[in-house]
Amino acid sequence: MEIKIRLNGRPVSDRVEPDTLLIDFLRDHGCLSVKRGCETSNCGLCTVFMDDKPILSCSMLAARADGHSITTLEGLQDEAADFVGFIADQGADQCGFCNPGFVMNTIALLRENPDPTDDDIRAFLAGNLCRCSGYEGQLRGIRNYLNQRKERLNGRQDV
Amino acid sequence: MLTIQNYVRAQSLEQAYELNQKKSSRIIGGMMWLKMQNNTVNTAIDLCDLGLDTIEETEDAFSIGAMVTLRALEQHPGLNTYTQGAVKRAMESIVGVQFRNMATVGGSIFGRFGFSDVLTVFLAMDTEVEMFHAGRIPLEQFAEMPQDRDILVRLIVKKKPGRFAYESMRSTRTDLPTLTCAASVMDGEHRVVLGARPMRAMVLRDEEGLLREGISLTSAHTFAVWAAEHTPTDSNVRGSAAYRTRLARVLTERAILELGGLEQGEMEDGN
Amino acid sequence: MDDRTYKTVGQPCRKKDSMQLLLGKPVYTDDVVPKGALTVMLLRSPHPHAMIRSIDTSIAKKVPGVVDIYTWQDVPQTRFAIGGQTYPEPSPYDRLILDRHIRFSGDPVAIIAAENEKAARRAMRLVKVDYEILPAITDPHEALDNPVLIHPEEDWVPPCPVGGDNRRNLVASGVEKDGDVEKVLDDCDIVLDRTYHTKAFQQAMMETFRTYTEMDRYGRLHVISSTQIVFHCRRILARALGIPKSRIRVEKPRIGGGFGAKQTAVCEVYPAFVTLKTGRPAEIIYTREECQIAGSPRHEMEVRVRLGANRDGHIRALDVYTLSNTGAYGEHGPTTVGLSGHKSIPLYTGGLEAFRFGYDVVYTNLQPAGAYRGYGATQGIFAVESAVNELAERLHIDPTEIRDRNMVREGMMMPAYYNEPANACALDRCMARCKELFDWEHRYPVREMGNGKVRTAGVAMAMQGSCISNLDVGSATLKLSDDGTYNLIIGAADMGPGCDTILAQMVAECMDCPLDSVAVFGADTDTSPYDSGSYASSTTYVTGKAVEMACTQLKEKICEIAAQMLDCDAAELTFAGDCVRNEHTGASVSLEDISYKSQANCSVAAQTTATHSSPVSPPPFMVGMAEIELDRLTGQVTLLDYVAVVDCGTPINPALARIQAEGGIVQGIGMTLSENVTYNSAGRPIESSFLQYKLPTRLDMGHLRVEFESSNEPTGPFGAKSIGEIVINTPAPAIAHAIYRATGVWHRELPITPEAIAMDTPLT
Repeated sequence: MEIKIRLNGRPVSDRVEPDTLLIDFLRDHGCLSVKRGCETSNCGLCTVFMDDKPILSCSMLAARADGHSITTLEGLQDEAADFVGFIADQGADQCGFCNPGFVMNTIALLRENPDPTDDDIRAFLAGNLCRCSGYEGQLRGIRNYLNQRKERLNGRQDV
Repeated sequence: MLTIQNYVRAQSLEQAYELNQKKSSRIIGGMMWLKMQNNTVNTAIDLCDLGLDTIEETEDAFSIGAMVTLRALEQHPGLNTYTQGAVKRAMESIVGVQFRNMATVGGSIFGRFGFSDVLTVFLAMDTEVEMFHAGRIPLEQFAEMPQDRDILVRLIVKKKPGRFAYESMRSTRTDLPTLTCAASVMDGEHRVVLGARPMRAMVLRDEEGLLREGISLTSAHTFAVWAAEHTPTDSNVRGSAAYRTRLARVLTERAILELGGLEQGEMEDGN
Repeated sequence: MDDRTYKTVGQPCRKKDSMQLLLGKPVYTDDVVPKGALTVMLLRSPHPHAMIRSIDTSIAKKVPGVVDIYTWQDVPQTRFAIGGQTYPEPSPYDRLILDRHIRFSGDPVAIIAAENEKAARRAMRLVKVDYEILPAITDPHEALDNPVLIHPEEDWVPPCPVGGDNRRNLVASGVEKDGDVEKVLDDCDIVLDRTYHTKAFQQAMMETFRTYTEMDRYGRLHVISSTQIVFHCRRILARALGIPKSRIRVEKPRIGGGFGAKQTAVCEVYPAFVTLKTGRPAEIIYTREECQIAGSPRHEMEVRVRLGANRDGHIRALDVYTLSNTGAYGEHGPTTVGLSGHKSIPLYTGGLEAFRFGYDVVYTNLQPAGAYRGYGATQGIFAVESAVNELAERLHIDPTEIRDRNMVREGMMMPAYYNEPANACALDRCMARCKELFDWEHRYPVREMGNGKVRTAGVAMAMQGSCISNLDVGSATLKLSDDGTYNLIIGAADMGPGCDTILAQMVAECMDCPLDSVAVFGADTDTSPYDSGSYASSTTYVTGKAVEMACTQLKEKICEIAAQMLDCDAAELTFAGDCVRNEHTGASVSLEDISYKSQANCSVAAQTTATHSSPVSPPPFMVGMAEIELDRLTGQVTLLDYVAVVDCGTPINPALARIQAEGGIVQGIGMTLSENVTYNSAGRPIESSFLQYKLPTRLDMGHLRVEFESSNEPTGPFGAKSIGEIVINTPAPAIAHAIYRATGVWHRELPITPEAIAMDTPLT
């Protein structure tokens, strides 16, 4: 069957099988940031946005995405670049395999809640597993980014 | 691996119902659990075009479409005001935000999974399911029915004034529950719902009138002991029957005390 | 820490690949290989122990898209081992690519090569196998001298003498001692005799096992694999496939986590075999389920500790016996077990008068074990540290004080650690600092919080090694480039922790240049200098030393080239980072000019390779303290705070060292509280997915705080020791200790589940 989606802002149409999963469709269309870590919807590695909501692309039929807008990390490079350096400064990227899903869901969090508490961050990102970092460095990175952003905004207001 | 031969976005409930009469057809909800099955589905029927993804709140009820996501339930102000946050508490431990953005209330309730937090919390309310063919059925009755080929259209929750509490035990914070427990008091009627026993959630009412005089440390304890005794449990990888029976008592007591605005006292012997 | 000051070493530099990884660039195996490779899948036995009577692939081969299906009749008949170890391996050669004899539920029965996954899966259902079911051994206690033999084959080969005997289901056996342990135990006021049990926990790296293979332009087998051990992998494949090593090239791209799992060539041989047979590119990607049931998890161990002490808390004797379950194949069996004694007993060198360490490693019909961070030390330390905590509680002595009285200290010889000296040991300072940071005095007492909840704390120490002494080889090639920058080429494998960056920091320090002036490449058997690989905590310590040596050598060569340019003797010249200067004449030439000179009319190579091996394996040390809240009614343990202070010598990159510590602690928390391994009746793990095998989420680990107490290891680069593995060792004993404090019950088996805790605490 034929589907039409907006992928990272660009229209894409292609034939898919009725059981093609969105993750496989996306990887076939060059979105290699999207990773598979499990088969049981538990790890969060395959997180992408459908109509701006974070979802698990391993559990979404490509057919169901027909007519929707899909965003992967390939389409959010600038928004991501704004804060991932703070994760890098902590060394919390580590093996990196969970990073795209983690970065996507963090972007979703910050869009929904620009000023989250540490507990908000932990709760929102609970579905993103990381086996390397022990999570604390990711939290420090996000926190440093938020502090810096706050300072930047306050600075602007002062002017 | 799940194999799907045809995918159909139903354009009406009638069409969905017709297609679903074949044994090899499946209505797809969030796809979360369905995807893990090693199974072949001839026709996957998607209800996503039927406008069933909204929660409508009126003065005396909530009407919750089958395609409403768990995340939408978790974030719905009306539902959470009505249940004092019990709905949010029941949802927030389910895997993660992305998962809850996909899993649907219809899929959760229709599946009547033993481990379902969703079924547990809605059983504590005055909830009916609206089936396309069979019409309205009290959720409590529906929970005990075998799966058939009807279609769950929406949930209707009557806003009977009451208090609600939700507790669950999990080995990690987002694991499937070892036991779920919802409690409520509506119009003076106390209920406790115990799920993940690991069988489907069941409702217990205060048949013995143990809470008749109101909720106190003592009456909550007596009721919890009674409830645990009347709740069949079994063993699986997440816990033994005996452990679940213990949890049934502990969680019931905590949930009932929460209804009464009280804290649990010391329960163990003085070691 | 030594008192020299450094510019780049000791700085929390970003990892060189950070932004690529964080922005989701395609850098992993499945991202970098061409599309269109054959999909390779394995049909696995449902039975734990069986002989294949017959196998019929004829119908399956007819599935459209299926290219071929291979069975035990199609593969070479030379036994091999897939553990990544230096030749001759201590692991027995006990495998074939496919064997008629099935030894665990999940053992491969057929290799399916197809144009796509769907065809392969369809074919898998259509292969007909007739099994003769054999009685299975799933309890390691029943393995030794059982009439059922798991490896009865005549061609079972132990390349090293490790005390094994396949006619006894025995992979390895041994005993070592110092002093008369029985005599000292007899003389002790108190002897604790306790047995501890840890399970076959999974590394659960986020990227599952995967390998791509193709024939390259020279007709050689080109292997791109997510592996920690490119050179061992080449040797393993050559033996398994029966082709010369010269016909194989193995390289690794970025690796999505390893933790030791990828120190075993778990999946490489299958696509390699398909490519050799078909001439076509082939790729295998393990499902998460395959990783969980047919990976290379931690060795299940039962460790019996007999600890002798005086009433004043003086620990005088330790007698440790470990029974290790290697599962169906022997990879890493003979070696992991050693660490259960070698990395636990020496912690108490302080007052120890005698020790004995004995072990047996047995085959069972369970998933074969492999290497997992900690590598046996984790198991042994859980046992010995728990026993010491039991002693402290029994004697009513503060467990930190009992350790202060008995711990190993700098300068001591360690009889239980190959008689190596503790040249650099800040364990005492780690303990003092950890107590202070944690506020031990106020957190250790049991505090009732109401509602059945109680708060308290526990403590543990740990050590590890920094390499395999007298064995591991680390190498570095350093080249001067056109513009006066450097290329560092290594054979060690950065699987995330950042060795590429750490080694580059060392180059930047030695060559007095910015970190950005060092480009790193690794690892590829065709181009990298030989390196044992990234395991045994060795990369910083061993390869790092090779990097230091390579820098010294390259400076000499640079000066040699500069001497030609300045028409003087190289001995008169000083390397000054961006130039070489003659201090007498004041003349100098820039590094850039030297590099151009090296490319024109020059007979001195502007590159060098250095190789290093260490006669010692200096232990890093660590103290960990855990504060928990325990719900006595449900058994739920909530971790509140974990504080660790680590002595890894000089932390070359404190940010990366810290993340190592934090990540290791959370893995340790997982195996202590939530990661369970139970088996169905076929001996297959029930926890075969992330739905069942519960890794800690960020809501399950409380708050972590890590600090370093530096020491100066004279044999390490810049005084460094290791950090990678030690960090997983303290959570289990520390948390088990806190659980005892909260409940009065010692849990001696991991994981300690809420149910296990609750069911030992009566409800009234």
